[in-house]
This record gives sequence, C-alpha cells and structure tokens, in this order.
Amino acid sequence: MNKAETNKPKVVKPKKGDNGGSTGSSFDNVELFLLHLPTTIWYIVFCYAPIFGIIIAFKNFTVAPGRNFLYSLFINSPFTGLQNFRFLFNSSFFSTMIRNTLVYNIIFIILGVIIPVTLAIMINQLYSKRLAKVCQTMMFLPHFLSWVVIGYFVYAFLATDAGLFNRVFVALGVGEPKHDWYGDVPFWRWFLVFLNQWKGMGYGMVVYLASISGIDGELYEAALIDGASKWKQTRYITIPLLRPIMSIMLILAIGSIFRSDFGLFYQATRDSGRLTSLTETIDVHVFKALLVVPNINISSSTSLLQSVCGCIMIVLSNVAVKRIDPDAGLF
Amino acid sequence: MSVTSKTVATRKTKHVDAVLKYTRVSPASNVAFSAIFIILALLCFLPALLVAIVSLSSEHSVVTKGYSYIPMSWSVASYAYLLKQGSYIGHAFINSLGVTVVGTVIGLVLCSTMGYALSRPNYRLRGFFTWFIFIPMLFSGGLVASYMINAQVLGLKNTYWALILPICCSSFYIIIMRTFFQTSVPDAIIESAKIDGARQIRIFLQIVLPISLPAIATIGLFYTFAYWNDWMMAKYYLDSNHQTLFPMQYVLISLENNIDFLTRNPQATAPGESNNLPSETVRMAMVIVSVLPIACSYPFFQRYFISGLTIGAVKG
Repeated sequence: MNKAETNKPKVVKPKKGDNGGSTGSSFDNVELFLLHLPTTIWYIVFCYAPIFGIIIAFKNFTVAPGRNFLYSLFINSPFTGLQNFRFLFNSSFFSTMIRNTLVYNIIFIILGVIIPVTLAIMINQLYSKRLAKVCQTMMFLPHFLSWVVIGYFVYAFLATDAGLFNRVFVALGVGEPKHDWYGDVPFWRWFLVFLNQWKGMGYGMVVYLASISGIDGELYEAALIDGASKWKQTRYITIPLLRPIMSIMLILAIGSIFRSDFGLFYQATRDSGRLTSLTETIDVHVFKALLVVPNINISSSTSLLQSVCGCIMIVLSNVAVKRIDPDAGLF
Repeated sequence: MSVTSKTVATRKTKHVDAVLKYTRVSPASNVAFSAIFIILALLCFLPALLVAIVSLSSEHSVVTKGYSYIPMSWSVASYAYLLKQGSYIGHAFINSLGVTVVGTVIGLVLCSTMGYALSRPNYRLRGFFTWFIFIPMLFSGGLVASYMINAQVLGLKNTYWALILPICCSSFYIIIMRTFFQTSVPDAIIESAKIDGARQIRIFLQIVLPISLPAIATIGLFYTFAYWNDWMMAKYYLDSNHQTLFPMQYVLISLENNIDFLTRNPQATAPGESNNLPSETVRMAMVIVSVLPIACSYPFFQRYFISGLTIGAVKG
C-alpha cells in the first residue's frame, strides 16, 4: 500500500509538524480535514453504515408496524445466530446459485484476459492505422451502453414474432417457425458468454493496447537483429511486459468472482422464467429476495456471504499474484 | 544544440520506424487480421443500426416483415409520436439530464477534495484516511444492508437523491485523483502559495484545480456516462407510481413489459387515441433517443477514457 508513496521522488520533505512555510501545520491539517469532511460523511453514511448493517443477517428481521426501521431491527428482531445461513445452505436454490455465479465468472475471467490481449496484439499489427482506429472506436461502443439498451438490441434479434432471427430462418426455410428464444436454455448457456465478451471486448482491448503502445520499439529492433520471428517477439517481449497490467486486471476480476453481473443475467434475459436454471445467480437472487418476493433473512444472509467471500478472494488473489511477481500486487 | 538533438531524435524514430517495417506481420496475416477486425467492428455496430432502422420503419412494415434491416417503408411516425408526448418523454429526458449533471458535480467535488487531501505529504491524517477509503473497496455491506440504510433510515426512496447519492463517490476515482495530484502538481507551487499566505482551501480552488483540468475532465466523463446509463438505482428505489421521477433508462424498462405504459399514463394520450400508437417502433425510438447522446459523443471522448485508464495506474 505504501510502495507507491515511497517510490515517489521526494522533492521538499520537511519533517512532520513543520511545513516549511509561515503557516502552522495544525492549520493545514484542520483545513485539509474540513476540505474532505463531506466525502468523509458520505463514506460513513453510504459505506460504513451498511457494513454495520450486516447484523440484519444474524437476526430474524420482523417489521414492527408503525415503528421505524431501526426500532424493528434492534428491538423487534430477535438474534438468531447462524440460523439464516443454515436455512440458506439447506435451500434448494443455493447450489444452483453458487454454481452459476462461479462457473460463469470463471469463464468470463479466462476469456476476458485471453480475447482482449490477443485482439490488442493483433490490432497493433494492422498496417492501416486508420482502419485500426475506426475498428477500435466501433468495438468500444458496447462498453458505453447500459444493459437495458443492450436488452433491447437482443430483443430485436430474438423476439418470437418480429425478431430478425426467426424471420430470417423462416425466409431460409430452416429451423422451426416462431422459435421461443427466451426459453431456449442451450442457446442462452453460450449466448450469455457471448454477450459478456461482446460488451467487454473493446474496453479490455483498449486497456492492453495502451500498455502495448508504451513498450519501447527498440526492444523489437534488438529482437529482430537476434533473428526473432514475430511470434517469438510477441511471446518473449510483448506478453511479459503486459504481465503487470494483466495481473491487476486479474485481481480485480477474481475479487469480484462472487459478484454476478445483474444487468446481464436479469435485464438482458428479460427475467425470462424458463431461463432461471442459468440466470439464478447471487445478485439476481438477492435482488428478488429483497424486492420481488421479499425475504429479508435470505437476501441479507446471501448478501453478507457474498461480501465475505469477495473480500477473501481479493486478498488471496493479491497474495498469489505478489508471489509470482512482487511488483504486480494491487496493495 | 536543441536543433541537432531534435534531428537526431527524428532520425532515430525514422530509423526505428524503418526497422519496425521489417518486424511487421506478413501481408497475408495483415489481410486476415483486417478481416477479423472488420467483422468484430460490424458485430458491435450492426445491432445498434438494426434498432435505429426499426425506429425509422413504418409500423406496417414491422407488423408484416418483422424487425428488418431493409424495411418495406420508412416513417418518422414514432419520433413524431414521442414529440407529441413531449411533456412525458421530455420529462424523463430532463430527469436523466438533471441527475447526470448534479451527480457529476457532486461526485467531482467529493472525489477531488479527498484526493487532494490524500495527496499532501504533510497531512497528518493521511495514512488513516487512505485506509478509510481503501477498506470499502475490499468489503462492503452488500445490497441488502445498503438498501435498508438508504431506503428505510435515510428515507431516499422515491426521491431524486436516491438516483444520485448512493453512487456519487468511488474509491477508485479518489485514488486516480490522488495519484494525479501527486505526480502532476508540483510541490513547489503549493509551497510558494503557502509562503504567500494562501490557505489550503484557496490553494485547492485557485491553483490545484485549474492545473488539474485533464484529470477533472476524465473523471467527470466517467461520472457523466455512469449516471446517464444508470438504471439500477431507479429499479431499487423508485416505485412504479412515481413516474414523474423516472429517468430515461427506467422508462425503457417499464416499456419492456408493457407498451401500454405510455397509454396508461394519463398525461401521455387523450382517451381513444391509444389505437394510433405505433407501439413497436416507438420503443425502439425511445432506445435511440437514450443512446444517441452517448453514441455521438463517445468517439470524441474516448481518448480521455483511455488516458483515464492509464492516468497513474489504479494502484493503492
């Protein structure tokens, strides 16, 4: 955590308590504190208060009619220890939910490194820089669209009646007419992966492209003199130099492995009831148990479990990455 | 002397360029790569085009031919309809715009002040507050606890603030800002201002902010796009009977399930008029209206996004 700070060139660093100027440091400290006081309050209200709010997960939350939330939580709801979690582990949806979240995230993470890195290396080789620029801009578009909008894009292709797919298939005379795409589990199993990569491809490519363009061209020159082929240059120069940024992206992705993309699983699938065997992921379940069919005990315990596992994962992946490459860790 | 070093530099880059010509992939690979990228680019662009074409098709064409890249006939009836319902759609548009502007301003204030304080090497609470903003990146209370605090304790439900406050600050942005201030604002300027008797607040407002415009612009863009595209806050905190608060994205969600949403809304149509509603194309026209500001602006702003990604590696 302090590495970046110590690496920084020290220009004028008077010792603590002396600012080198005419104003006393205590003024400075007070002024700086007042300057970021609003941000501090925001953090206390919107980040730290919910962290203490996790006690809901250990209580049998019961609303006291006519009283406010805090009364309901602290006075009216008895502590039940781990009972909510026991109920959660024994429920029928638990294994489906965890399996979908983890399996999809693992696929997303692996492809989310391989595809953008490959594309970034490839687009960097194009002769026409103009073509590269135009393609990059167009591939960046999905990153700027919300899942609601993408849900409509998908609908334009998959709608049963007017959708382009069904119309084209009818015109070509293949497939059944009026195919119900939103109930087609085998199709969506892979289409979810496609959508995820489609939305993230351009962004990932740009991240790695920025690193590639920072590589010193003379390295390739030296490699050329040594007779390295293009493939070997990529293998022994480009990829090793991309490793720090790859590991940071990887830590971030693994840290959120228990977080499922609510927009993808809920909004893009239009919450289709026949796809729940695929789309039942942690975030979708928490949302439904909070707002659709309220069950606060279930949603709060699932939500806490997700936070705890996520925290463990981000710390572990950071340790693992640092063991491979001591400079690559996030903190 | 500077001239000679410049020529040497140019000669050197030319030389490297010439060498890089030899390290290029073969022409055959170039053709293959180009083809792959053209296909990928079209894959990203054509769905948007289809929706745009459907929004400009006549309702008759959509009913008989379905959603198609080549409609039987063109029509702007859907946009005319949206214009006619101006008060309602316009309201949603203004909601989105207002939330985006207010949210971006508040977010920038919160992030830049904290980022500045954390960038001062002499600030005594610096270590504490660095951890203070870092811990929420590792561990959060989760959706349920946040929802309960925001909706039940703070009473944000069905207010504009629910769309703005829960997402207006981010540890990532603060760290980006802090790194930028550390690396790009020379300590000497701040020290000299201090000697001249300027207070921290004045140094921040009159010296640091003006020379940090690139970072402010970048983070501001992140916020602008995030707020414009946000629909989760509306889904969590707005009830269906508070239509006057709906931003564009949430109107789209409401239209998804029932196009009647427009007709049910008493402001939207006079009674008996609902039969004329070009329902299929109107939906797509709404999508285009909400996408157009983004699609038109991001090609010009994308370099800021790219610089934002590299603006000092998001490292704690």
